[in-house]
Amino acid sequence: MTLKKIEINPMTRLEGHGKISVFLNDRGNVDDVFFQTVELRGYERFLTGMPIEEVPRTVSTICGVCRCVHFVASVKAADAVYHAEPTPTAGKIRELLLNAHYVEDHTAVLYALGFPDFVVGPTADAAGRNLIGLIQAVGVDMGRLILKKRYAAVKVIEMLGGKPIHPVAALPGGWSKRVTEEERKEILALSTEMVELGQLTLKIFDDVVLRNKEYMDLVTGEVYKVECNYMGTVDEKNRVQFYDGTQRIVDTAGREIGRFTGEGYLDHIAERVLPWSYLKVPYLKRLGWKGITDGEGTSLYSVGPLARLNVADGMDTPLAQEAYEKMYTAFGGKPVHNILAYHWARAIELLNAAEKVQRLASDESITGPDVGAELGTPDEGVGVVEAARGVLIHHYKTDNRGIVREVNLIVATTHNNGPINMAVKRAARHFIKNGKVDEGILNLVEMAYRPYDICLACATHTLPGRLPLELEVYDHAGELCKTLRNF
Amino acid sequence: MADKVKLAYYLSGGCGGCDMAIIDLSENLVDLLPRLDVVFWAPTVADVKYRDLEGLPDKSIDVGLFSGMIRLSEQEHMAAIMRRKCRTLIAYGACAALGGIPGMGNMHSKEEIFQTAYFDTLSTDNPDGVIPQTRCLVDGKYELTLPEFYRYVRPLQDVAEVDYFVGGCPPHHSFVARVIPDILGGSFPAPGSWITSDKAVCALCDRNPAVKGEEMKLIKTIKRTTDGPPEEGKCLLQQGYLCLGAVTQGDCGALCPKVNIPCRGCGGPVPGVKDFGLRAISAVASLLENEELVDRIPSPVKLFYRYSLPASMLGRKIK
Repeated sequence: MTLKKIEINPMTRLEGHGKISVFLNDRGNVDDVFFQTVELRGYERFLTGMPIEEVPRTVSTICGVCRCVHFVASVKAADAVYHAEPTPTAGKIRELLLNAHYVEDHTAVLYALGFPDFVVGPTADAAGRNLIGLIQAVGVDMGRLILKKRYAAVKVIEMLGGKPIHPVAALPGGWSKRVTEEERKEILALSTEMVELGQLTLKIFDDVVLRNKEYMDLVTGEVYKVECNYMGTVDEKNRVQFYDGTQRIVDTAGREIGRFTGEGYLDHIAERVLPWSYLKVPYLKRLGWKGITDGEGTSLYSVGPLARLNVADGMDTPLAQEAYEKMYTAFGGKPVHNILAYHWARAIELLNAAEKVQRLASDESITGPDVGAELGTPDEGVGVVEAARGVLIHHYKTDNRGIVREVNLIVATTHNNGPINMAVKRAARHFIKNGKVDEGILNLVEMAYRPYDICLACATHTLPGRLPLELEVYDHAGELCKTLRNF
Repeated sequence: MADKVKLAYYLSGGCGGCDMAIIDLSENLVDLLPRLDVVFWAPTVADVKYRDLEGLPDKSIDVGLFSGMIRLSEQEHMAAIMRRKCRTLIAYGACAALGGIPGMGNMHSKEEIFQTAYFDTLSTDNPDGVIPQTRCLVDGKYELTLPEFYRYVRPLQDVAEVDYFVGGCPPHHSFVARVIPDILGGSFPAPGSWITSDKAVCALCDRNPAVKGEEMKLIKTIKRTTDGPPEEGKCLLQQGYLCLGAVTQGDCGALCPKVNIPCRGCGGPVPGVKDFGLRAISAVASLLENEELVDRIPSPVKLFYRYSLPASMLGRKIK
């Protein structure tokens, strides 16, 4: 049998280069599909030798989009390294920063990546299917309003973290600055904008997607579906948490199959190395490596907005809880395996984060003076937070002066590596038939990985707003016989 | 369209923070869009993009913003293509201009980086000792390729001629808001120079003794931020926190010292300085009261060259 190879190149992800290689059989149907990644800049190596207190502002640069999560995860790890219990005030400041970050990050992702497919249309002219096209579709005033309300969150990050991107104010056991009463009031005022943004976003989702039968068929159908286990963080009432909690794992039927905190991640997660991708594939250790396959019994798991909602029993704020119930009623059960629901879950979380910003800024004790804790002798620690894209794990070992000796990082996009492979495989199998590949396929395949919000993708295409994709079709002799592109 | 400025943006090995600094222009962005013709904005490295760019006439793009350092073969290629197609090429942000944080990878060999990532990390499961390959045959029939991961990181100027440099990790959006209209208006400084407000972080810092008419004194101790909070309103360097604001461009507005955190030099070197790390070492050393203090500085290379190792005379670790 001769195989034809189609490369969809590039995809975007965190730092580097991703592509999808599709192999077609003699009949022009999909034989197999591979999602390949380059994601190696060597952080785990070059952080060694640095003082642990310098790590948060450094690891922030793993990603300029989801910088605050690396920042917060690593400072939590630094607390543990120093055996320090962060003060309640410092904890609140960090949680406030993280939730403000959720607001701006989820907004960027939804409006730049998620919504254009629906507002402008999944197979519409690619030239208009982007943030700029979206702004044209909803009107310049609306575009301005959304960006203005998102900026409210960016401003909070700068106020608390020192810089809007790559913050600096984290310290082991605490925070480098206090929050003044003026700042608290300003953040409280800004939080109103954020809550409005959350409500507006859900309304847009409702108007554009939920009321459109064709779109709902995509959202609830079988093509964009990956049946796997889920991992996410919950509080003592099993409600979604971003800053701190217990990591809960449920299986494909929604049954709890594991819980861990801190170093317990090593009992549950292992990462398999593949020769054809720079990105490892994590799987649930107790279920064993079964390859890249989904369905009942799979050891692959997903993280991120949909995973968080799937592992939880609800949200911890009223407006978001209402939206949560609405979503699961629409799907008629849990867990939801339809990956386009990631966008819906993202919109619900945006509102949840905005409500939390409001709640935290309403708490006058956040201006307390106690932002530093007693530090013990440093050795080893793990910090786990929910990144916008899912569970994020930072693990450090230091010498007794707090100089980093060993590092292990598992970032959200890595957890999703297996499921993303499944998602693009399924979409390609569905849409590429009898050798027929056309322009529309580009975006329909794109739509299979976009829900996972592959880390950098969200930010990097926001301006032209589309992912430039090209399909190259080679014959069995390796001759290029066809090229299709969306730009 | 003739009156619009044609802009190309390429994210190389960076983190996307530089892109976000543009998004953070927020409402201003909506106002700028009608004046820009964004012909190219590539998220990551790939063959197709340079073919796409290659299809455009040489010098047909007014301004190219290049963010991120060079670590992969395609990134190097893209730098050359961007150079050919753009009349003006800007190294935008610390990674492109100096190598940036990932440039600290130059303290380690490629083998060490791979050994850590694929063998030694605690959660890695690699029973067959697999290492990602630039070319590999899966199941005997699927041939898959990966781009080459170079042995070290380089800044943009090592692979293409750079017209202007913009510092910052990332540049602050307020500075971007000042730079972009200049770009739109075609008003640039002398070729090869940094686009900067020409002030050091110290010049903008409320803690600067000179502003208060006080003298700089010798430093008697070296402090880390874990040694307790600094005194309000007092120079961090004077207190022993190794702040590099004196040799760093202050286009950020001296943000880090405002929240009691020392500057680490992401803004790039003040005008006239070729090697940031060297100048930073010299600035700090000249203030130390005694030589013993030098031994108390943890990992000096990863402090003084944190954002600029690949662009420095050190460049990378040889062995």
